[in-house]
Amino acid sequence: MPKLARDLLFPLIAVVAAFIVGGILILLVGDNPFQAYGLLLGSALSWPDGIGYTLFHATPLIFTGLAVLVGFRCGLFNIGAEGQLYIAAFATAWVGITFAHLTPWLLIPFCFAAAILSGAFWAAIPGVLKARFGSHEVINTIMLNFIAVALVSYFTQYHYKAGGDPIMQTVPISEGAHIARLGKFVPGFPERIPLNVAFLLALLCCLLVYLFLWRTKWGYEIRATGSNPFAAEYGGISIRKQIILAMAVSGALAGMVGINEVLGYRYRYYDGFSDNYGFTGIAVALLGRNHPVGVILAALLFAALQHGGIYVDGFSEHVTKDIVQVLQGIIILFVAAEGFFKWLLRRRSPMQRLRA
Amino acid sequence: MLELRQITKRFGDVLANDHVDIVVKPGTIHAIVGENGAGKSTAMRIAYGFYTADSGEILVDGQVRDIKSPHDAIALGIGMVHQHFMLVETMTVAENIVLGAEPGSALALDLKSAGAQIRQLSEEFKLAVNPNEPVEHLSVGQQQRVELLKALYRHAKLLILDEPTAVLTPLEVEEFFVILRRMREQGKTVIIITHKLSEVLAISDEVTVMRDGRVVGRVQTKDTNAAELARLMVGREVLLRVEKPEPEVGQTELEVRNLSVTDAAGTKRISDVSFEVRRGEIVGIAGVEGNGQTELIETLAGLVDPAYISGHINFEGRDLKTLGARVRRELGIAHIPEDRHRRGLLLDFSLAENSILGVHYRPPIVAFAGGIFLDENAVQRRAAEIIQGFDVRPPNAALPARALSGGNQQKLIIGREYHVAPKLLLVSQPTRGVDIGAIEFIHRQLVSLRDNGCAILLVSAELEEVTSLSDRLLVIHEGRIAGEVDPKKATLEEIGLLMTRGH
Repeated sequence: MPKLARDLLFPLIAVVAAFIVGGILILLVGDNPFQAYGLLLGSALSWPDGIGYTLFHATPLIFTGLAVLVGFRCGLFNIGAEGQLYIAAFATAWVGITFAHLTPWLLIPFCFAAAILSGAFWAAIPGVLKARFGSHEVINTIMLNFIAVALVSYFTQYHYKAGGDPIMQTVPISEGAHIARLGKFVPGFPERIPLNVAFLLALLCCLLVYLFLWRTKWGYEIRATGSNPFAAEYGGISIRKQIILAMAVSGALAGMVGINEVLGYRYRYYDGFSDNYGFTGIAVALLGRNHPVGVILAALLFAALQHGGIYVDGFSEHVTKDIVQVLQGIIILFVAAEGFFKWLLRRRSPMQRLRA
Repeated sequence: MLELRQITKRFGDVLANDHVDIVVKPGTIHAIVGENGAGKSTAMRIAYGFYTADSGEILVDGQVRDIKSPHDAIALGIGMVHQHFMLVETMTVAENIVLGAEPGSALALDLKSAGAQIRQLSEEFKLAVNPNEPVEHLSVGQQQRVELLKALYRHAKLLILDEPTAVLTPLEVEEFFVILRRMREQGKTVIIITHKLSEVLAISDEVTVMRDGRVVGRVQTKDTNAAELARLMVGREVLLRVEKPEPEVGQTELEVRNLSVTDAAGTKRISDVSFEVRRGEIVGIAGVEGNGQTELIETLAGLVDPAYISGHINFEGRDLKTLGARVRRELGIAHIPEDRHRRGLLLDFSLAENSILGVHYRPPIVAFAGGIFLDENAVQRRAAEIIQGFDVRPPNAALPARALSGGNQQKLIIGREYHVAPKLLLVSQPTRGVDIGAIEFIHRQLVSLRDNGCAILLVSAELEEVTSLSDRLLVIHEGRIAGEVDPKKATLEEIGLLMTRGH
């Protein structure tokens, strides 16, 4: 089987299998699965709202999917994208509030830098801890998630909230920090849909991540470390440096969620805004087989499910939007079961056993 | 005892066995030799019921038998020991042996009678295995004996052993052969699959040689010799002895003085070692594996934390001790590691990507010093040069390194390390798991590198290899240099004595 077909096959099996299992569940609760899926996908693909919101929801998932991907490629499991994007979103808002007097030409780059650098910094902490002391990044990124959430909540509540505002959000950022919604450029596409320039930035990042990992010496070193750290070391590569670098790049990508959220959507920091983007990013990276193009496809799928779920809730009798989480869960299960599928396939091609 | 008649087996496009005839007489040790992929394992797996043949028949004790599964084979008294042991580490020897053939009723496992039976078998064949020992506490050699017991416990009359010595040290091989001879005395029949000719000559009564899925020779061991077997295996004349001119020794490249290395647990692995390697000579290090060779080479290559090292390592007058692996490579030190899967290769990376490991960050792989982007043309050019120059097969730079046979993986590594024209080459077990044809090639390459003025430090567990290649030979024992001998004059016994007893 050619490599591309094989790379596409397993995620496809996972998705189709998840829809079949989900369909059985829908049947069990007493609805017509075809009708429910029709609602789900039909609403996600409608113009302009369905497509607009699907792309909008896909934006943070592309960023976090890429973040997790870069970690994976270095043999690191960054579960901390959630914390990194909270820190970054707050930092973005902080710059947008604090330096409100700057012209947009300066302020927007500053805000971008805030998102990228603060995300990178927050992720580099577990990177340094692992490189220096060997403490496991999974534990440290999880713990830093809690710290990040608590920290930004504290600053929002006690320092950056408008007096008397009952909602946990900061004061608005300067209008000069707003980035354009795509409705501004696309005729017939309303500006009320929050799809913004950050989506294009996410696509650009996919290209950049690809070039970085597969076309630069740094990417080579990161991938070598992830593939076989002993061989990387033998080749004169400093594993410690790669761990820190990969975590920082990963965090920077997660941090760019803040650009979409703060500069393109709410124009302020809104506490608890993330719909588990950091964690869904893990599923996106896995389903996308740790490849930037796969990440785009997987993020689009998850975003479509997320948006379509709202309509399932409203229009079908028994099924609720929880079906989306069920589907996502089953997809992840099947992706994780890839080893099982591979084993099934291998049984039919004994060529591989010949080698033994 | 066992006869394969006209066995043919096809895997997709590959004809793994092409009308194979093998006759194994009862009470003999029968060797099946051939290079990797010659079809010897396939034939034996058919005999053991792992695969079914496309055509042909299997006779056991003169009767045509239908062996559809290992279960059938076991019922007919055929046992097989695989190259990779199939043991549950946390279970005891007895538990492992009865696994799948548990004595007693469904509810009560009768390990006691099994234990007694195992003890009896162990004594009969002098295997010295304690049934109550957990397998994880056993050495590799002992684990292999547990595998033998597993087959004997199931009343095997014929034992098929797939590359049984690959995992053993030279001393363990000797012990293992004693066991095999004892089994033959007790009336068992043994088939041993191997590609090590010295072992074939030492242990077998008859030999079947296979090449490209066909049987190309059947000989009595006493009527043959290594050269003939090698020619049959490879299909052309093979030079088993290394031909090399007198060395033209130049200045000292590497000087090691009072080197000591401890491991992370604080145990001394290298104690007070001093030697030097000069331009144009191969200095060999012989020793039983695990006597500090790994640590010595890794220390010289810059893969050991300087905090664990004391003493001096001078390369062209410069102290290497605190320099990292990258700087040492830049100074002209190349390294062919003993474990190519662990150290030498990125198995999931393509041959092209593997061919630049170690030079991936500098010109010509990146366009200019400090550049970032890999120059894809330069990468492909380098890969092509290595693949052509070292006959790496298949010659496809896009394949992952994992897809290559051991010998071709090794050729890729050697080609990569040669490509930098090293001043000092650290090379460890260069021909482990490599076919005879490739061994000859690798040896010739090492000698030609020496003749071009490279200083070579060679570690090998194969005594013949290290004595025939080296110009000077050091023997290492428990992390110390036990002595230096002249490889042209010293006998294997002399070296063996230094290897095992020190002085």
